[in-house]
Amino acid sequence: MNIMIVGVGGQGTLLASRILGAAALRAGKQVKLSEVHGMSQRGGSVVTYVKYGDRVDSPVIEPGEADMIIAFEELEAYRSLPYLKKDGVLIVNTQKTNPMPVITGAMEYPENILDKLTAKGIRVVACDALRLAKEAGNIKAVNVALIGVMAKNSPLSKEIWDGALVDAVPAKFLEVNQKAFSLGYNHQ
Amino acid sequence: MKKLMLGNEAVARGAYEAGVSVASSYPGTPSTEITEFIAKYDEIYSEWAPNEKVAVEVASGAAIAGGRALSAMKHVGVNVAADPLFTMSYIGVNGGLVLCVADDPGMHSSQNEQDSRNYAIAAKVPMLEPADSSECRDFVKKAYEISEEFDTPVLLRLTTRVAHSQSEVELYEREEHPAKEYKKDAAKHVMVPANARPKHVLVEQRMDALSKYNDTSDLNRVEMNDTKIGIITAGIAYQYAREAFPNASFLKLGMINPLPENLIRDFAAKVKTLYVIEELDPVLERQIKAMGITAHGKDLLPLIGEYSAALLREKILGEKPEAGFTVDETIPVRPPVMCPGCSHRGVFYVLNKLKLTVSGDIGCYSLGSAKPLDSIDSIICMGASISALHGMEKAQGREFAKKSVGVLGDSTFLHSGITGLIDMVYNKGTSTVIILDNSITGMTGHQENPATGFTIKGEPTRQVDLEKLCHAVGIDKVTIADPFCVEDFEKVLREHLEAEEPTVIIAQRPCALLKKAGYTGCCEITDACKNCKMCMKLGCPAISMTSSGPVIDETLCNGCGLCVNICKFGAIVKK
Repeated sequence: MNIMIVGVGGQGTLLASRILGAAALRAGKQVKLSEVHGMSQRGGSVVTYVKYGDRVDSPVIEPGEADMIIAFEELEAYRSLPYLKKDGVLIVNTQKTNPMPVITGAMEYPENILDKLTAKGIRVVACDALRLAKEAGNIKAVNVALIGVMAKNSPLSKEIWDGALVDAVPAKFLEVNQKAFSLGYNHQ
Repeated sequence: MKKLMLGNEAVARGAYEAGVSVASSYPGTPSTEITEFIAKYDEIYSEWAPNEKVAVEVASGAAIAGGRALSAMKHVGVNVAADPLFTMSYIGVNGGLVLCVADDPGMHSSQNEQDSRNYAIAAKVPMLEPADSSECRDFVKKAYEISEEFDTPVLLRLTTRVAHSQSEVELYEREEHPAKEYKKDAAKHVMVPANARPKHVLVEQRMDALSKYNDTSDLNRVEMNDTKIGIITAGIAYQYAREAFPNASFLKLGMINPLPENLIRDFAAKVKTLYVIEELDPVLERQIKAMGITAHGKDLLPLIGEYSAALLREKILGEKPEAGFTVDETIPVRPPVMCPGCSHRGVFYVLNKLKLTVSGDIGCYSLGSAKPLDSIDSIICMGASISALHGMEKAQGREFAKKSVGVLGDSTFLHSGITGLIDMVYNKGTSTVIILDNSITGMTGHQENPATGFTIKGEPTRQVDLEKLCHAVGIDKVTIADPFCVEDFEKVLREHLEAEEPTVIIAQRPCALLKKAGYTGCCEITDACKNCKMCMKLGCPAISMTSSGPVIDETLCNGCGLCVNICKFGAIVKK
């Protein structure tokens, strides 16, 4: 199972990948995660790879290999498209953050990204995770709300996910994140 | 008990289990978390040193004194630490000494793509290269055994995809290795020519002995399968190759310097076609070919960037990956940017406005080179901003110096900027240096440094006073200025540029990601906006242009107020 998490540096993609990793471990699988630290975290495009299965060698997912992509931002969802398998699922947070070339006016933010994705026959699950996070009580819980949406579409049981949250989320923030997860899980 | 760990965390775990007692490092992506995780173990004394040279010297002293010691750095950090490394190779150790070096193929967060394996050869020290987190833990422990058995520092090489990937690690108890007895031994520890000459003989003998040791070491692994394709590889390249060629035979090297010649000859003789697969330089390939063995390597594979299983399949088997979905339009890239509220933004806004020549440095502020701030002219390496600025003045003259500045962060200044400043004073330069003092080492993810007043453990300590330090080296004109009071800052800068002496401005404001920055709420653009687009010159990710004028994204804005300060019409207000 190959899962990619894509977003903008600072959106909390690292915690999301830790929850995925914890879930795969609970499912008794071999798991590898590959993340990016450092410069690109400063508001640049960030990508995390999570791979699990009976044997995992390379920690990196290559174009056409992702079973699922969780995109924290629409443009990043669009950018990640070549990585998605033909029958893969693309979970998209309906949030738009302008990159610098758009801010400076050098380029335009592509219009109607979700429609373009759907027109390609891709299974798109769109979700306003910011709203769910606000409802859960902390706008920083966008990441865990999206994990909730993803969990619903994954082959792993709810029980495994509940345990993974306890494993990966600091105790202080567990309750609000459990709420955000549950809102994501029951979304649609 | 098994735990999912970053490669860097597993290195720290290995150091803990191996009974390491002293760790000293300077942060650098992708090596930083090694020392951050070590700092969580109270059994290990840990510290941030001002630079890698100091760190390796601290670790060297600890090892000479009998403790097991470690230093971790990014690849370019080895350049800084190369001086002690090359001579510690002669001196050897008492307690084990392991230096962890993290290379960055693909340059995710680096200024060059150098291959630190060349250092192991040049310094004549053994080098181990793990391929996943579990090996990171194991190899660190093994490195201490080798270090003490063969009386040598040991290099542990990581690459970004090992350092920043997580995989499972089995946890064991710590083995205590109290400091061994220290005995004065000038012939071993005092590297004057008379002592160093016989030591060099021992170093060469040690390398021969290590090569023989490596022939039978369990650090290497032979996986015989189909013998049509045989692959010699190490580190992350093994993972890519294993995924690309699941049925091939492998010699997976764990100790990559010195090479196990007999093991390699034996493996090469058993396979039909031999491939050497390694990212960056043909370090293994060159040596294997020098043994008279025929192999493919860089004739097929790139010298540049990261590899992947797909790349190997394509270059070696000629198999193109299946076409996936395509994006049918050009979409905007999303390069990293200075954060909303970044303390550096005000400085670069002014530098851009005055169209100065800017000698830059390594840190978050290298982002001042990007549009629209677009103000940096050169970036070489840590600390080079000041010395390169001085060189520019000496080549172009005083009038040029009036229109140029050097910029570097507080941590970078203490790393190696201070020596450049001393040079400028000593050799009668008249340029202006701006120290961007944001109270933290920012780019690597917030590490304390000698100017912050806290240790790696968060304990209060004596704080370097940057202003007094500049005075002490002979800078008379030092001004502390707030880069967000843009008009005042510009005035101060103009004064400094005109002064017929070397000067320093300390641009002081905490990193926006620190709690003490104290930013709350957000800013808003009111109807008073004349659409002059002045605020767009800040390059703030929270401010975007729309058809009806600029707008502020409240999910990104942290209310820092810089845009409020530069709006001439008072059209931006704090909400």
